[in-house]
Amino acid sequence: MEGLYAICVGVLTSCGIYLLLRGRTFPVILGLIMLSYAVNLFLFASGRLTFNMAPILGESEHYTDALPQALVLTAIVIGFATTAFMLVLAIRAYSESGNDHVDGKPADERIHDNSIAADKGGRKA
Amino acid sequence: MINHLPILPVLIPSLTGALLLLPVFQRSIQRQRLLSLAATLLTLAVAIALFASSSEATTHYLLGNWEQPFGIVLVADRLSTLLVLLTAVLSCGVVLYASAGTDEDGSFFHSLLQYQLMGIYGAFLTGDMFNLFVFFEILLLASYGLLAHSGGKARIRASVQYVTLNLIGSALFLVALGLMYGTLGTLNITNMAERVALLRDDQLVLLEAALLILIVVFGLKTALVPLHFWLVRSYSAATAPVAALFAIMTKVGIYGFYRVHIGTFGHQPELSDGLIQTLFWLMAAVTMVVAIVGVLGSKNLRTLTANLVVLSVATLMFTVAMGSKEAVSAGLYYLIHSTLVTAALFLLADIIAQERGSAADNFVAARPMRQQTLMGLTFMAVAVTVVGMPPMSGFIGKILILVAAQTGSQQLAAWSFILAGSLAALIGLSRAGTSLLWHTTGIKAPAQTTSVLPIAALMLFVLSAPVMVVLSGPLTNTLALVAEQLVTSTTEVALQ
Repeated sequence: MEGLYAICVGVLTSCGIYLLLRGRTFPVILGLIMLSYAVNLFLFASGRLTFNMAPILGESEHYTDALPQALVLTAIVIGFATTAFMLVLAIRAYSESGNDHVDGKPADERIHDNSIAADKGGRKA
Repeated sequence: MINHLPILPVLIPSLTGALLLLPVFQRSIQRQRLLSLAATLLTLAVAIALFASSSEATTHYLLGNWEQPFGIVLVADRLSTLLVLLTAVLSCGVVLYASAGTDEDGSFFHSLLQYQLMGIYGAFLTGDMFNLFVFFEILLLASYGLLAHSGGKARIRASVQYVTLNLIGSALFLVALGLMYGTLGTLNITNMAERVALLRDDQLVLLEAALLILIVVFGLKTALVPLHFWLVRSYSAATAPVAALFAIMTKVGIYGFYRVHIGTFGHQPELSDGLIQTLFWLMAAVTMVVAIVGVLGSKNLRTLTANLVVLSVATLMFTVAMGSKEAVSAGLYYLIHSTLVTAALFLLADIIAQERGSAADNFVAARPMRQQTLMGLTFMAVAVTVVGMPPMSGFIGKILILVAAQTGSQQLAAWSFILAGSLAALIGLSRAGTSLLWHTTGIKAPAQTTSVLPIAALMLFVLSAPVMVVLSGPLTNTLALVAEQLVTSTTEVALQ
């Protein structure tokens, strides 16, 4: 089970990081969501993975740790709130700048800008 | 009788923030300003009392009265109360300045400000790693709102990048917390320091990985190279009082380094901190170089100030890298000085921009300012303080840091980089001063002058520099005690 769990966390993290590196805001937000899922799973595992155990000390020899579950719950709530905020901000940025690129400019426009700058530089020289 | 003081800096802003949302206050901006100012002054009084009480004994405030390693705890020791006091002083000036009109540019300014303060106070006071994360989120969430306050394309664009980066930072923080809890089995900071000795070698590796991830997290908050890209754009886009308040935000990251990397895990014999130490030195040096380039290349006063923030952070990182008692104490003096003076410079840049009309704070010739002499003298005072020339507080701060470098290689690195940074600040600010104050066109300035409130807020920060010099004797003694408590608390634990 540990192996499967670790693979899940790994795949989610790598997908999240790949999406985070995209240029548009929506994939970036999806990446953040994936990353936060991966992190929540990871945090959950920090209390060790056990089956069918009560979170009570002294009842039996093995017990499950309830604290990471509480931490994950807090992290989910916070992650949810920040993601919602990020979505609203992305929509606002879209309406302000007219496109959904993270740095406010589509990639082709930036190349265009650079070539104009290069032209000017060439003329001066 | 339980001492309830430690919870008040968290409670007062959170209640005020909620109260400010009520219709009674939403209808009138004057009432909001009064309540906000009253709450800020009350918190300042609490902060002073808290700092005074921490010099006698450290208060552990058990929330819900759960026993120490199990429940959530607030720890009011010397370091945390000192930084709470600094934030309280800063917030007074910020509220005063914002009340002159910036708070009307968008909604809910005072509410957001109070929540931001609540997050900062909580982050300083908490004695629990997970709660540090929670308070970081509170202060970040409020800062997202404050940064985007009063809108505009540049601010929104800066916000998108700032929020994205900080969300990634939060995810990494949680990974580090998971690793720490998985190995140490506790989230209480004091208890963590005690348990390091019990770890096996394979667990120590995981703990070191967690500490390395935390460098990224705190480095992002502090804006260390290569995690600094957000700072200049967002700080120069933010409105002046928000930028002034953000002066403390980078210092929250430095506090994280002091508390976790030096205070909790810094002097543990089990952890070989060679790699972390080397990283600190590298980051400090590279950040300084990037800051110097930024300072020399700034085109307006606000960008220059934002680059000076990076420069001050780099200077502080040298004290983190040294990690000794003397270095932390020197770093704290410099931290107080640089927070207040950066705030002063952000406010000054805004006043200058308003007085110069359409030329704003760009380094171009424009009409003279309405209060040319006052602005000129203030600018000179602030510039001298930032650069670190006598007789202002920057001089003492930098001297203390330079003296704290002990071995030859430490001296070589710290002295050369910090002095090069000071030279760059001197050149940058001289250029700013000559172009802003002396290159004037003949057009006459209108007679209307800036109102009293902004000037008062500005003076509060500017005058802190001479006050810090006059009181430098008792202040450095107190800071030495603060640093000693931070550094020795773990060595005592390790000896037990």
